[in-house]
Amino acid sequence: MTIPPGGVCAPGSTLVNKTGGWRTFKPVYDYDKCIKCKLCELLCPDMSIDPKDDGFFEFNYDFCKGCGICANECPKDAIEMVLEEK
Amino acid sequence: MKRDFEKDKKDMVVVEGSYAVASAVKSCRPNVISAYPITPQTHIVEDLSQFMADGEIPNCEYIMVESEFSALSALVGSSAAGARSYSATTSQGLELMHEVLFNVSGMRLPVVMTVANRAVSAPINIWNDQQDSISQRDTGWIQLYAEDTQEVSDMTAQAFKIAEDPDVLLPVMTCMDGFILSHVYEPVVLLDDDLVAEYLPPFEPEFKLDPKNPKTFGAFADPNSYTEFRFLQQQAMNKALKTIEDAADEFYDLFGRYYGGLIDTYETDDADIVLMAMGSIVGTIKDVIDTLRAKGVKVGLLKVRSFRPFPVEAIHNVIKDAKVVVALDKNISIGLNEGALFTETKASLYNTKIDVPVIGFMIGHGGRDIPVETIENIIDEAKKVIDSGISVESQFTDLKEELL
Ligand code: SF4
Ligand code: SF4
Repeated sequence: MTIPPGGVCAPGSTLVNKTGGWRTFKPVYDYDKCIKCKLCELLCPDMSIDPKDDGFFEFNYDFCKGCGICANECPKDAIEMVLEEK
Repeated sequence: MKRDFEKDKKDMVVVEGSYAVASAVKSCRPNVISAYPITPQTHIVEDLSQFMADGEIPNCEYIMVESEFSALSALVGSSAAGARSYSATTSQGLELMHEVLFNVSGMRLPVVMTVANRAVSAPINIWNDQQDSISQRDTGWIQLYAEDTQEVSDMTAQAFKIAEDPDVLLPVMTCMDGFILSHVYEPVVLLDDDLVAEYLPPFEPEFKLDPKNPKTFGAFADPNSYTEFRFLQQQAMNKALKTIEDAADEFYDLFGRYYGGLIDTYETDDADIVLMAMGSIVGTIKDVIDTLRAKGVKVGLLKVRSFRPFPVEAIHNVIKDAKVVVALDKNISIGLNEGALFTETKASLYNTKIDVPVIGFMIGHGGRDIPVETIENIIDEAKKVIDSGISVESQFTDLKEELL
C-alpha cells in the first residue's frame, strides 16, 4: 500500500484498528440493577455499547476506551468500572 | 523581469494593490472565499465582498468567519470538497492560523492565501516587515514573495496553478509587503478572465469529500507511517521547484510578463557584490544598482521569489562567482541574531565548493523606512568585506543608538 496525497483513504478503517487496548478500567453490567433506559448506549462517545435481543446492552471491548461515562451516567448504578488485569 | 511595457500601457488602470489582488482572485474563479478583516489585508476581502455582492464571482461562496483560525479551518473543508479556496491574512491573523497551516499542508490541500506582510506584536505595530510569514516557514506551505503590485496580482494565478498541480498539491502563500504594496495605487494590468481560463484549468482533485462517495480526510497516522507523510511533503516541495518555474514561463507565454520563477536577477552577470532580498525592497535596490553601476560599481541583485521551496541550486548559480553576498532580511530569528534568508543561504553553502563570504543585514522592521542611502551604506560595508574579510556577520541596520 502506498500513501495517497494527504493520506485520503476509504472510511471505516477504525474497525480494523482495534483500540480497546488503551483501556485501564473496563465497564461491567449488573443486569439485576439495569432498567434498560438506554442512556449508556446513547452517551458512550465511542459507540462501544450494542443492544442485545433481550433489551439489555453489552460492551464492545474491542473499542471501549474505559472512559467511564456510561458508569457515571447510569441512573441505577448498574455499571461498575473494574481495573483491567492481565 | 521581462515585460513589454509599451504593449501593457494601453491596458493599464490605476488601482490599489489590494484591488489588483482581489481582481486576480476573481479571475481565478474561486468557489469558496473565507474572510476575516485585519490590517493591512482588509481591503482585499472587502473588494472580494463587493465583487460577490455585484454578482461578479459566480459559483462561489463567501464565508465571513469569527477568527483567522476559522478562516483557514473553513477552507480545509471546502478545499477537501473540491472547491477552489482562497483567503487572505497578515501578522497576528497568520500566527493564529499556525495550527491550521499544518493541517492544510499535511492534508495536501491546494489553498491559496495572500499574506499582506506585517510586523507581529508586541509591541503592537501594523506596518510592514516579513516576520509573520517567515515565522511560518516550516508549516509546509509554498511561499512566494512579490516585488510590486503587478507581480502579486499575476502571482495569484500562478499560485493556484502551482498549488493544484497533481505533482505538487501544496498550499501557497503569496506574500506582498503590507501597505507598501497592499495600499499603494499604481498602474497595473488586471488579469483578463479569458486568458486566465486558458492558463488555469478547473480544479479537479483526484479525491473529494463527498457524502455519495465517502472518504476519510486527515486520518490518523501512527509511528508506522507518519515519517513517510513528511517525506512525501518534502518530495512535493522538490517537485514544486520545477512547477514554479514552469508556471512563470507559461504565464509569460500567455500574458507577456515575467518576474522570475524561483528567483530573478538584475545585473548579476559580472557582479562582485550580490545583494539578496525578497519583496518590495527589490525596487529600491534596483534603483541603487542603476546609480552605482553608472559609477562603475559591479553590484547586482538576486531577488528570491520562492522562499519555500528554498531554491538552493538557482541561488548558487548566481552567487558562485561573486566576491561577497549580502542577504537583507525583514525578519529576525531572535536568539540567533540572523534573518532567515541570511541563515539559509549561508547554510546552503556549507559542504559545497563555493567559497564566497555572506553577510546579513536585518532591515525595515515594523515599517522602518529603507532609503537608498541605507542600501548604499550596506554596499559600502560589502566592499570592506571584499578588501579585508568579514568583521560582523549579521547585524541590524540603522539602529537608533539614542533609544538604547
Ligand atoms: S467506558 Fe466509555 S467507552 Fe467504554 S462503554 Fe462506557 S462510555 Fe463507552
Ligand atoms: S444507563 Fe444503566 S440502567 Fe440505563 S440501560 Fe444503561 S446500564 Fe441500564
